Amino acid sequence: MSTASVPLPNWITYGLMPLLNLLVAFLISGLVVWWIGENPVEALKLLIEGALGRGDAIGFTLFYTTSFIFTGLSVAVAFHAGLFNIGAEGQAYIGGLGAALVALTLDRYVPWYVTMPFAVIGAAIFGAAWAFIPAWLQAKRGSHVVITTIMFNFIGAALMVYLLVNVFIVPGKMAPETRTFLPGGQLPKLDWLMAWFGLKLGPAPFNVSFLIALVMCFLVWLLIWRSKLGYEMRTLGISPSAAVYAGIPYARTVIIAMLISGGLAGMMALNPVMGASARLQVEFVGGAGFVGIAVSLMGRSHPVGIILAALLFGILYQGGADLSFEMPNITREMIVVIQGLVILFAGALEYMFRPTMVHLYQRFKRA
Amino acid sequence: MDYFDILVSILGSTIRLSIPLLFTALAGLFSERAGIFDIGLEGKMLAAAFASACLAYVTGNPWLGLLGGIAVSIIFSLIHGFASITNRGNQIVSGVALNFVAAGLTIVLGQAWFSQGGRTPQLAGDARFSPITLPGVDLMRDVPYLGPLYVNVISGNNILTYLAFAAVPLSWWVLFRTRFGLRLRAVGENPGAVDTAGISVTFLRYRAVIVAGFLCGFSGAYLSIAQSAAFIKDMSAGKGYIALAALIFAKWKPVPVMFACLLFGFLDAFANFMQGKAVPGIGEVPVQIFQALPYVLTCILLAGFIGIAHPPKAGGVPYTKER
Repeated sequence: MSTASVPLPNWITYGLMPLLNLLVAFLISGLVVWWIGENPVEALKLLIEGALGRGDAIGFTLFYTTSFIFTGLSVAVAFHAGLFNIGAEGQAYIGGLGAALVALTLDRYVPWYVTMPFAVIGAAIFGAAWAFIPAWLQAKRGSHVVITTIMFNFIGAALMVYLLVNVFIVPGKMAPETRTFLPGGQLPKLDWLMAWFGLKLGPAPFNVSFLIALVMCFLVWLLIWRSKLGYEMRTLGISPSAAVYAGIPYARTVIIAMLISGGLAGMMALNPVMGASARLQVEFVGGAGFVGIAVSLMGRSHPVGIILAALLFGILYQGGADLSFEMPNITREMIVVIQGLVILFAGALEYMFRPTMVHLYQRFKRA
Repeated sequence: MDYFDILVSILGSTIRLSIPLLFTALAGLFSERAGIFDIGLEGKMLAAAFASACLAYVTGNPWLGLLGGIAVSIIFSLIHGFASITNRGNQIVSGVALNFVAAGLTIVLGQAWFSQGGRTPQLAGDARFSPITLPGVDLMRDVPYLGPLYVNVISGNNILTYLAFAAVPLSWWVLFRTRFGLRLRAVGENPGAVDTAGISVTFLRYRAVIVAGFLCGFSGAYLSIAQSAAFIKDMSAGKGYIALAALIFAKWKPVPVMFACLLFGFLDAFANFMQGKAVPGIGEVPVQIFQALPYVLTCILLAGFIGIAHPPKAGGVPYTKER
C-alpha cells in the first residue's frame, strides 16, 4: 500500500521527521570524523565549546547566524512561490555593491543611523535587480530559474571582480577592495545587547544587522501568511495551474516573488560589508547564499524555523572554525560536508523515513 | 610569433580545456534525456578527480586511478538516483547537496590522508596519462599549415582526449540508434507511456544516471591525472556548471554538445591568451568578460533569442506509478 496519502500529525511532520533527518546527517558526519581518525564525541564537544563557550564566540556565532537568516529567508520566499532560487549567492554579492555605494557616498556626511535605511534599500534594490532577469526569463520566456540563477551567480562574480579590481580599488593598494568606510558608513556592534546577558563581545563583529534580520523575519511572516500577495504566491507554489485558473497573474507573481527573494539576499551584504569589514571585498559572501538553501529547507521555509536553522549553521561555522584549530586533522571544510549532508537528508531525502513513520504511527494508534 | 602560430597554440589549449567539459556535458546528456536533472555534475567531477589522484598515487597506475574515479562518481550518481528516483525527492536539491558533499569531503579527506592542505601528492610521470605522439608527426612537421595543426593540435594529446571525441558519436549511436537509447529518451519525455509498455521507469532512469556517473569519472580523471599531476582543492572550479550550460546551449543533442564544449573551451583559451594584452583601438579587454561569456550566451539562448531550447518534457519530475 502506498503511504504517501496517509496523513500524519503535525508534530511528526514538522518536529520528529526533520529532527530524524538532521540526526542521520550528523551521524554520517560523525562517521566521516571517525574515519579520518578523530573522536567524533570529542570533536562535537570542542565544536559546541568553540561556538558557545565564550562571549566573543557567541558573538561570532550570531554574526554568521545573521547572514544565514537573510539568505534563508531569501530562498524561502522564492520556495513558497514554487521557485528555487539558487542565486542568493550572486544576489548577495551584488547587494554588497548597493550597500557599499551608499556607505561610500554618505559616510563622511551623516551618522550611521541615517546611512542605515539607505543602505538597506540600496542593498535590497541591487540584490533584487540581480534577480530580475532570471525572474523575467522564467515568467515570460519559460527559462528554468534554477539554471539562470546559477548562470547569474557566475556572471555576478565576474562583474564584481572586474569592478573591484578596476574601479573601486584604492590607488596604490594591491588588495582588490574599496576604501574603509568611515564610522558613518558602519553598522555598530551590539555590545549592549550582549552586556544584558553579562557577556563580553570582544572582537566579534555581531552588529545591528542582526536586528534588521529579525525585523525581516517578521515582515516575511506577514507577507507569506497574512497578505493577499503571500496567498497568491503560496497558491502558485502549490499548483501553478490552479493559481492561473483562479485569476492569479503568473508572470507578475513570479517576478515579485523573485524580486523580494533577491532583495532579502542583497540585504545579507549589510552584515559582512558594513557590520564587519567596513569595506567591500572580493568573495565576501563566502557561500552564505548556498547555506541559505540548507537553512530554508531545514526551517521548512518558516521564519521561526529559519532562525533556528540559521543558528544551527552559525554554531557549525563558528564552532567548525574553532575546531580546526584544536584538531588540525579536521579542516574547516568539514562544515561544507555537514551542510551538504543536511541538504541531502533534510531536503532531497526528506520523505525517506515517512513510510516507516506511517507504519509506526498506525501501529501506535491501534495499540 | 605570427598569427598562425598563435592560432595553433590557442587551438591546442582549446582542445585541452574542452575535454573535461565534453565528458561532463555528455554525462548530463544521458541523465537529463532520461528526465533526471543533474546539477551535481560539478560534484561528481570533483569527487572523481580526487579518487583518481589518490588511486593513481597509491598504485602508480593511471588506469586504476581512472577506475577509482569512475567508481566514486557512480556512487554519487546512485545516491542522486536513490534520492530522486526511489524517494522522489527534489532533483535539484539532491544535486546541490552532492556538490557540497564532494567539495567538502575531498578537502577533508585529502588533508587527513596527505596533510598537504587539501592537495594530493604529485604523481610520477608514469602514474598519469601522458601525451601520445600520433604516427607520421615527423613527416607532417614540414607541411605548411596542416603540419603544425597536426603536430600541435591533433597529435600530442593523452588517451582520454581521443576517448572524449570517440564518446560523442558513441553517445549519439546509443541514444538514437539503440533500443536502450529510444527508451531512455522516451522516459525523459513521457514516463507514463514507457511504464504502460511494461518497461521499468525506475530501472531505466537508474541506468541513465549510472552512465552519467561513468562519464563524469572520465572528466574527473582527466583533470587530476591527465591535465595536472595531482588533485588540487576545488579543481573543477565551476566546469560542471559550464558543462551544464554547454548541454543546454547544444539543446540536449550529442554532436552540438561537442561544438558547444569546443566553443566554451575556446573562450577559456582565448581569455588566457588575451590576459594583459591590449586590443588595438579598444585597449585591454577585461578577462572577466570572457569568463562570463559562456553563462551570458546560455542565458540569451534560454531566453529564446538563438532558437528555442526544448528541455526533455519530464525533466525534474519524479515518476509516480499509478495505483
